[in-house]
Amino acid sequence: MSKGVAVTGMGIISSIGNNLEENYQSLVSEKQGISKIKKIKTIHKNVIKVGEIDYTNNELVTLLGLSDSNNYSRTAMLGELAAKEAVKNANITDINKYRTGLISATSVGGMDMTEKFYYSQFKETKNRKYIASHDAGDTSKKIAESLGITGFVSTISTACSSSANAIMLGARLIKAGKIDRVIVGGSDCLSKFTINGFKTLMILSETDCKPFDENRTGLNLGEAAAFLVLESDEVVKNENKKVLAYVSGYANANDAYHQTASSENGEGATLAMQKALKIAKIKPTEIDYINAHGTATPNNDHSESSALINVFGANVPDFSSTKAYTGHTLAAAAAIEAVYSILAIQNEIIFPNLNFETPITDTLLVPKTEVTKKEIQHVLSNSFGFGGNCSTLIFSKA
Amino acid sequence: MAHCYINGIGCVSAQDTSDYKTFLENQFELTENVVHVHKPNYRDYIKPAMSRRMANGVKNGVVAATLALREAGIENPEAIITGTGMGCTIDSGKFLKNIVENDEQFLTPTSFIQSTHNTVGGQIALGLKCKAYNVTYVHNATSFETSLIDALLMIKDNETNILVGGIDEIGDYSLSLHQLVGYVKEQDTLANGLLNSNSSGVVYGEGAQFFALENQKKTTTYAELVDVEIYDSIAKNDVEAKLIQFLKTNNLDVSDLDLVVLGNNGDIDFDPIYNDLQNSLLKDTQQIYYKQLSGEYLTVSSFGLWIASQICKTQDVPEFLKLNSKKVTTIKNILLYNQYKGESHSFTLLCSC
Repeated sequence: MSKGVAVTGMGIISSIGNNLEENYQSLVSEKQGISKIKKIKTIHKNVIKVGEIDYTNNELVTLLGLSDSNNYSRTAMLGELAAKEAVKNANITDINKYRTGLISATSVGGMDMTEKFYYSQFKETKNRKYIASHDAGDTSKKIAESLGITGFVSTISTACSSSANAIMLGARLIKAGKIDRVIVGGSDCLSKFTINGFKTLMILSETDCKPFDENRTGLNLGEAAAFLVLESDEVVKNENKKVLAYVSGYANANDAYHQTASSENGEGATLAMQKALKIAKIKPTEIDYINAHGTATPNNDHSESSALINVFGANVPDFSSTKAYTGHTLAAAAAIEAVYSILAIQNEIIFPNLNFETPITDTLLVPKTEVTKKEIQHVLSNSFGFGGNCSTLIFSKA
Repeated sequence: MAHCYINGIGCVSAQDTSDYKTFLENQFELTENVVHVHKPNYRDYIKPAMSRRMANGVKNGVVAATLALREAGIENPEAIITGTGMGCTIDSGKFLKNIVENDEQFLTPTSFIQSTHNTVGGQIALGLKCKAYNVTYVHNATSFETSLIDALLMIKDNETNILVGGIDEIGDYSLSLHQLVGYVKEQDTLANGLLNSNSSGVVYGEGAQFFALENQKKTTTYAELVDVEIYDSIAKNDVEAKLIQFLKTNNLDVSDLDLVVLGNNGDIDFDPIYNDLQNSLLKDTQQIYYKQLSGEYLTVSSFGLWIASQICKTQDVPEFLKLNSKKVTTIKNILLYNQYKGESHSFTLLCSC
């Protein structure tokens, strides 16, 4: 029996590293990537703390070998970099040897350029090229084109759970035999739009975020991109591929409670975890590690804790949120946490939940706060978003 | 293998599409270059307290979704899948304007909250208290088709009913940018009809179309949704081959087609892609188009599916849709083909029941 859908490659860029190896080294050395805004031209520069990637846009242009006339948003550049690493990591040389698709997730899309040239586009022609790269789909189109993918290309935007749904759709397409191989993940850059949006919601922390802590004060935003290569059993067999892990479970449910807030009892999250376990055909007790959504907002962490107790009772498995490392990277979050989940399985290590001190009074759940060695068969990863979206993925050892 | 039937539909468009008879009697070819929807009576569908915060696109989506579910007699679907090319452009434009004009100060969260691409799907779920699967696709002109592909996967995977829709709205700021770069036709080019505009760009439109899909046939069934395929790009001379291949996957030949629904939008730069098919591969097939009634938006192919569904059920092809004089009495197999700016190609196959 198939263990699920094979993951054969990964690529990532985040504020804790420009590639897979750098991310892993930061995770195990507890090196977080949160600092005051340096690059974005905003009144919040040097005030609000975020997870910013070191590369400037110009450096990214050079790295990707783009022409001066390119109309890439930062979202697309980060995405392309991570997707290319994933394809390389999967040792793919001829992308169209098999029916290959791309599903990318984003919430920011080309907003970073649109906000930058809000007025100047009307006055001068040179920045009008970004009008065509504003829509979310343009990011995926560019990544697909750079990889030579022409067939099934799509983009998902369900706010902060987006890339979980991209991974889920990819796995379902392969299972259904619609496609042989699919690059799945997400990308979001920081923008004034999201920084100010989350600020008006009053859920940004002024300090380093403290997931699952009683005294947490909100989230740090971050930017990142990550992609996985999923391949059918047939491709794995034909190409004698090394399987990094399997996507064994996935589910999506809606909280149907509020446009932005999660319900007190975490009903949507509970449903998503239960459905994912059912699809993976495993019992709650078989989960060895949970990479929680854990944004460090008062609302999310309380709701997610309730959901964890709903699903796992008194025996909540070892869990941590890695958001204190990277910040909340919105549509990319589930993809970078998928990479971290698989790294956890491969290296038999649980990455710590940084900055935690005091358990939440109501739930008393205590995350793992130190790098912990442990053999891991199954990891469950949660991602929740505006619009009541709750998604859960389960990754299993190859 | 489970079959997928269209059992309920809802449409908010530039025409009065509250019911098909009204549409047939009152339809008109658009003559403006920017066309908003014919507004339904929102109060009949949405509580004023909720409606107040909703932008037009969200309201249109909720209305179309309600109509589709009502017709199919579904109270709580097992999945809500939406497609939108540009997302909630009214609220994102509003929030962006406030950021820029007020130098990032004195901002309120309402328009930010409503600006995410999945607002329509989220609001429908909220209204129905529907805790099921909920996803939004935002991929240019195949946003709606990806939603259909997802729904077909679910039906084949034993789900029983699914709500699927395409929504796009006109936002002032996006419109002004799109006018700046010539995406929108000049008004005076439309005097002799959309297909004779002899100009680049499109009639800028908006709309919301929803479909209740089920694995069972009902008295309300319009058609069977057989298959959907998308291609992000197709080499210029390869569209014919891809079309033939799509039909072949479904054990059909071009001669088996009783009707093709084409996405001609009067853009002289990209309509030749349709014209080439019309004049060669599909020359003996009955052809219709529909964007003269709806304008162009990234999920307008859902309006095409609304029309095709109606034709399938009534077995009558209205004159005002026709692109050629070919006539077929019994309409069984319908193929829809759409592309935008020579990219984001989609093939959708319907079959009458």
